[in-house]
Amino acid sequence: MNAKWIIKFAIVLAISSLTITAQAGTDDAALDAKTTAIIKRDFHDRGIAKADRVNQDELQATCSKYIDNLPDPLKAKLEAAQTKTIKWPSDGKYMGDWKAGEKLAQSGRGMTWSDKPDEPAGGNCYNCHRLSSMEIAYGTIGPSLLNFGKLRGNSVEVQRYVDGRIYNAKALNARANMPRFGFMGILTEAQIKDLVALLLDPESPVNK
Amino acid sequence: MMNTSTLIKIILGMSLAITQIATAAESEKTDSDRIAQYRDMISDGNPADFDEMNGAELWKTPAGPKHVTLEACDLGKGPGVVKGVYTELPRYFKDTDKVQDLESRLLTCMTTLQGIPEAEIVASPFSTEKKKSDISMLATYIVGQSKGMKMAVSVSHPKEKEAYEIGRRIFNYRAGPYDFACLTCHATSDVRIRMQDLPNLNKPKDAQAAYASWPAYRVSQGLTRTFQWRLNDCFRQQRFPEPKFASEVTVDLSMFLAVSANGAEYAGPGLKR
Ligand code: HEC
Ligand code: HEC
Repeated sequence: MNAKWIIKFAIVLAISSLTITAQAGTDDAALDAKTTAIIKRDFHDRGIAKADRVNQDELQATCSKYIDNLPDPLKAKLEAAQTKTIKWPSDGKYMGDWKAGEKLAQSGRGMTWSDKPDEPAGGNCYNCHRLSSMEIAYGTIGPSLLNFGKLRGNSVEVQRYVDGRIYNAKALNARANMPRFGFMGILTEAQIKDLVALLLDPESPVNK
Repeated sequence: MMNTSTLIKIILGMSLAITQIATAAESEKTDSDRIAQYRDMISDGNPADFDEMNGAELWKTPAGPKHVTLEACDLGKGPGVVKGVYTELPRYFKDTDKVQDLESRLLTCMTTLQGIPEAEIVASPFSTEKKKSDISMLATYIVGQSKGMKMAVSVSHPKEKEAYEIGRRIFNYRAGPYDFACLTCHATSDVRIRMQDLPNLNKPKDAQAAYASWPAYRVSQGLTRTFQWRLNDCFRQQRFPEPKFASEVTVDLSMFLAVSANGAEYAGPGLKR
């Protein structure tokens, strides 16, 4: 750091502390900062779950800060940035094998410290969604996807919608409680195709 | 104490529960109904009673390099007082100048009074099939001394208020590969993961039922689990790294949940699926 930098830094500091004290939320900002510091200090690596997982990206930090009151313009800005992250299938095909998709949807494994590094993650879909009518042990955090293909059809637009939704659910709703499976590297392109097929193939148990 | 007939009841209860899980979709039964049923069935003997008894023994048995008992331990109502202390934890302690929950306070007493190295305790703070944890059994004993009393956790000290405020923020803190926070699973009413009902911990009624029933004997694991364990396992499901045992992150989060549970009649050590 040279002298010029130090001066710039000092000015920025002075301005930011001025604006902070000018706000009614001084306490809130201090508590936010303290919370982050405690979180960064109090977790350690365990298995595949490394301590740096607590570092937030912009979307996570913004959603944590606003909780239920995310302002619309900010929400739209986050969604636009998330939309840009979506990598569409390189061969332009969206549908894979629904049987492989059903297996993935059933598996609740993945990314916890008790998961082995060499075991691939599952989709966790049944943890949150109803999908096939055969499976009664389904969760309800997400909406029911029973008969999804029957209800929505399986045009290329719908295929692309489902692919994008699984790749990065936050592109459509920054506050969605669904993980960003493609963006976070939880599922591969081929696996996402299998899940698109699970939802849209007329032969899939989701649509029977 | 558990006798043969209680054991038979437990086994019956377990097989009944398995049948129920298999038919749960038809039978409209919720987890809470099932738990009520377990409770009924083993009303004369929760297996957590063993841990409670062992914990009572540990409390008054000299241990550690200093070879003293924990009877001089101050859990908030003065040295040696155990009755009702859990209803007011977490709380601020002057000697450590910290807000502490039951387990972090027991850790303080075991290290300062008995001279047991902290690293030794935090290396394996939870019971396993092979080895039961002393600190878990002690906690189970202490909470039992508040059974039937009303939860009344205070935020009158500034550090208690701050712990609550930080705990609330930790509850809402999204991070990790799944973007989860506690609120992902615990801020909506009447939802479940697979067949497990999730309490909405922002609602007093749910928070009271959830908080005031821990520690609990978990039938599926055959072990008595403490609240620190509950948080640890939820952080695991959240795809977070592991919180250090009894660290501020866990204490502040407990403070937030305990205050939300105020007014509840403490019903632990409980019994869970
Ligand atoms: C932790 C919970 C969770 C998991 C796991 C999850 N979802 Fe979701 N999902 C949601 C929620 C919540 C929504 C509603 C999104 C919103 O609010 O915008 C949703 C929405 C959807 C939608 C859009 C529904 C519609 O009507 O357009 C699809 C499709 C979907 N999920 C598929 C999946 C698939 C496939 C998986 C497994 C790879 C999955 N989800 C895993 C929570 C989850
Ligand atoms: C991905 C889902 C998920 C996340 C995230 C999660 N939990 Fe849980 N939580 C559960 C499930 C599932 C249960 C029920 C467990 C069971 O019955 O085995 C549960 C149970 C609990 C209970 C006990 C409820 C009772 O009545 O016994 C408490 C308290 C709790 N969680 C608190 C938290 C806190 C605090 C956090 C954040 C650190 C958190 N949970 C994060 C899924 C989650």
